[in-house]
This record gives sequence, structure tokens and C-alpha cells, in this order.
Amino acid sequence: MVAALSGSKLRARRMALGLRQGDVAQAAGLSASYLNLIEHNRRRVPQAVLARLASALNDTPEAFADGGGGAALDDLRAVALAWPTAELARADEFAQRFPGWAEAVLAMHQRSLAQEAAIAAVNDRMSHDPHLSANLHEVLSAVASVRSTSVILAETDDLEPEWQARFMRNLDQDTARLAKGAEALVRYLDSGGQIDAQGSASPQEEVEVWASGLDWQIAKADIPSALSAPARDMARALQGDVRADHASLPDAAFRAALAVHGPDPLAIANALNAAPFAAFRRLAFAPDLGLGLVACDGSGTLVLRRAVAGFSLPRFGAACPLWPLFTALAHPMQAIETVVEVGAASPNAPRFALRGFGMVSHPAGFGGPGLRRAMMLIIPAGAGAAPALGVGATCRTCQRTPCPARREPSILAGATVANSGPNSGPNSGL
Amino acid sequence: MAGQILLIEDEPNIAEAIRFLLGRDGWQVTVLTTGQGAIAEIARLGPQVVILDLMLPVRSGLQILTDIRADPATLDLPVLMLTAKGQERDREAAFAAGVSNFMTKPFDNNEMRAAVRALMGGT
Repeated sequence: MVAALSGSKLRARRMALGLRQGDVAQAAGLSASYLNLIEHNRRRVPQAVLARLASALNDTPEAFADGGGGAALDDLRAVALAWPTAELARADEFAQRFPGWAEAVLAMHQRSLAQEAAIAAVNDRMSHDPHLSANLHEVLSAVASVRSTSVILAETDDLEPEWQARFMRNLDQDTARLAKGAEALVRYLDSGGQIDAQGSASPQEEVEVWASGLDWQIAKADIPSALSAPARDMARALQGDVRADHASLPDAAFRAALAVHGPDPLAIANALNAAPFAAFRRLAFAPDLGLGLVACDGSGTLVLRRAVAGFSLPRFGAACPLWPLFTALAHPMQAIETVVEVGAASPNAPRFALRGFGMVSHPAGFGGPGLRRAMMLIIPAGAGAAPALGVGATCRTCQRTPCPARREPSILAGATVANSGPNSGPNSGL
Repeated sequence: MAGQILLIEDEPNIAEAIRFLLGRDGWQVTVLTTGQGAIAEIARLGPQVVILDLMLPVRSGLQILTDIRADPATLDLPVLMLTAKGQERDREAAFAAGVSNFMTKPFDNNEMRAAVRALMGGT
């Protein structure tokens, strides 16, 4: 296995050649999302994959290999940093004297990270997924009816023919409903968050999976008929927004403004006399910039999510209240920027610059309500000595403690509610 | 006169089974399939026991229960909450709102009958 630093080299080479991530991924026989993880050093690169990527980038695998175990040592040090009792200064000695053990420690660490991510995803689904809840409710209701009715039929000796016929009909209905509900439930659980033909995923999820599969290049894409009807409506609306964004921020002008202002959506929007949210989307959906985006409505519900490696976004339910997205929602027309670090507190925690902006619209004029909406651009940032705000995705899977904004304890091992004193426990919000 | 029971349950087949079971025990069972008009029906019917589904169209079982407990006339009316949502937080919310008993679906017929008998005062 080649150590993680190869990802940065691959990304630099691709960008130097002016190639799109999706094109390189296709040439190497990978998914764009997998290459994205590799480029952001979130996945190790097997030698065979590295060879294909090197070929796609017209170079040799050696050009992207890390220098002889250095990255493995870096990884080992990162593990040691997370364990205060580990002898950090002796990581090199450990790796040299016990290479097999060192490899085992690293493998277990990687497995632990993967399991944490899986737990977070499953918990998110189980806790907040309205579709799963509705499916379970349907199945339980059918089971309740079947059980009660069948016991009546079995144990009532003098059941009148009319009642008997009625209950038999009910049983027939409920068993059919039960079979259908169970199938839907299995399909949904099997789908692992992906869309199925019956649209078990939420419409928003369907749209995001569709757009993500296209690396968010949806302006000219056909909207697949496999999407559910609500998802197709939402996809059309998003596609309309994206097309309008391209019209107000044409490629050449957008790139020129980006070169001057960097990923600053407000400066770009101002320079090109475009709507701020158009610039947010334009930046986030640019395939070569590696930026993420979340948008929320006035209730704080996330209505659009473009993930970026290293910054987890909750699939359902409430996000981290410390995100500047929500500050921007509460303070419309103000540019809110915060540098954050995510995940468990650690000197190596990934850092991001989060830029939030909120607006109020009045689609029904003076006679209607003001509708708030906010967006937050997620910009990967390099390591820095300056303090950064610790944030997470959502309290249930966030390991950061203490946290003044915590609503509930994390389910992940080692995370506890750190508030103390008379109001010990999650912030009541009152 | 048989004791009156108001059953508020949106699943028609479950409602039918409960109506049959309790009817065979001698109770007079009236069924409502939504939460709408529940309070007015309670006032009109004057039931001795209400069996209330938690998840109902229009108004939830918890909202109805809260209204029942807010009215001095029905402050002590026995209410059996019935729901497919058996999670502990639902149970806690129901008891906090003043429910008399709580059963999860799928339920045992005899336990249902016994629970109603107990709420009727053991008659």
C-alpha cells in the first residue's frame, strides 16, 4: 500500500494538466467520488490503482509514491497523538523495531475510523430517517392487525359467519400489506442510502445522489426517469438554478473573477453583478475546486448538501449549531466566516474555512412572509497555528467535548457530555 | 347500561378487531378514525374509557390527551394509549402528558381486554 500523501501529488498533477477529476477517474476506471477521497488523502492508494492513475496523468507511479514509509510514520504519529499515553517521540523506533505491530496498529486505527463513520451513518438513519420510521410503522401496524385478528379467528369458537368473513378479508388485506411493507423495508435497508426504483430515499437524497454522480455538472444533464416524481421536480428546480447561475456568471468571467478574488462568493458576485447564492453554487459545483456547500431554509433544515472530503454532513436531522451557516441565517446580509477544525480534537484535525451568508426574500411581496435562507461554502484549509473553532456534523456523532452547544451526548465511544455544574448535561436550549 | 369506550384509531382493521374484542366483553365501542373532533366526541359521548392511538391524522394522540387533561370535566378520564411507536421516549411523553396506561402494537388481545377492564374499575 502507498501512503496517503500520494493523494496530494495526484491532485497537483491533475490540476497542472488542467484535467477534470471526473475525466481522470473515468480514464483510471474509478468513480469520481473515490478519486476525490484519494486526492484529499482520505483513502490510501493501492499500487494497481496508482499505476492506472499515473497512466491517466501521463506519468510514472514512482512520481506519486511517498518517500519510503515516511507517510506511514506520519500516520503512526497521528495515532499516537490521539492517545496521550503513547510515546510519541518513539514512534520511529517502534515502526523500525516492530514493523508488523506498527502495521497492525495502523490497520486497527483505520478500521476504527471506518467503523466510526459507519456507526455515524447508521445512527443518523435510525434516529432521523422519516422514511425508515414510516416503513417500520406500516409494518408494525400490519403485524398488530394480523396478530389480533388471527387470535380472534383461532380462539373464538362461536364466531358468527359474518364476522368470520370480515376478519378473513382483513387478514388477506393485512398480510398483503405486510408483505409489501417488509419488501419496502428490506429494499430500503439494502439500498444503503442510495435511490431505489420505488424512491425509498428522500427526494432530496435522490437529487443529491444523482447530482453527485455527475460531479454536480447538471446544467445540461437529463433528469432520469428512475427518480421519484418529487425528486424529479426538485432536480428540475436545482437544474434551473444552476442554469441561471451559468447565465449570470459565464465561465470566462467567473474564472477571471475567481483568479482575482479566490473562492469568495460575495466578492465574485459583486464583481459580476450576480446574486450571492449564484456565486456560492458556482464555486461549490466547480469540479476542480474541491469545495463543499450546504444550504438551509428558515427552519435550519439542510436543503442542499454537497459534501467535501473530511467534512461530514448529517443526512437527516439537525446539524452542528456552531456552523456559521446558522449565524448567517440569524444575521442576513452579513458575511460570516469562521475557520474550524472537525472531528475529534487533535493537532491533525482537518481544518476548513466556512463562509456563510443569509438572505431574506419576499416572494409574495409585502403581503407575504419573509423567507430566510442561508448558504455556507466549505473550503478545505491547510494546517495552521491560529486557533480554530471545533465543530462537528451533528451532536450524536460528534466527539468534541466540552462543547457549549451540545444538545445530547455522542453515541461514539469516549465522547461524553462535558458540561458540568448545576446545569450539567446537554444544553437545554432554554 | 354497558360501559362506553371511545376508540380513536386510524387503522380500520385494528379498530375492527378491538371493537369486536371489547364488544364481546360487553362494552359499547365507538370508533373515530382521525384526531379531528375527538374532544367534541368525548363531550358528546361521555365515555368511561378512551383508547387513543398516538399517531393520528390531523391531531396527534398526545395533543388530544393534553386537551383531555386540560378540561376539568375529563381530567380523570382513563386513557389507554396505543401505538406502534414503542420507544421509551414516546412512553415517557405519554405518561408525562397524563396517560393512564400505554400499550404497544402488536398487542396481546387478552392484555388489551384486561387493561380496559382495569380502567373500567375492575368491572
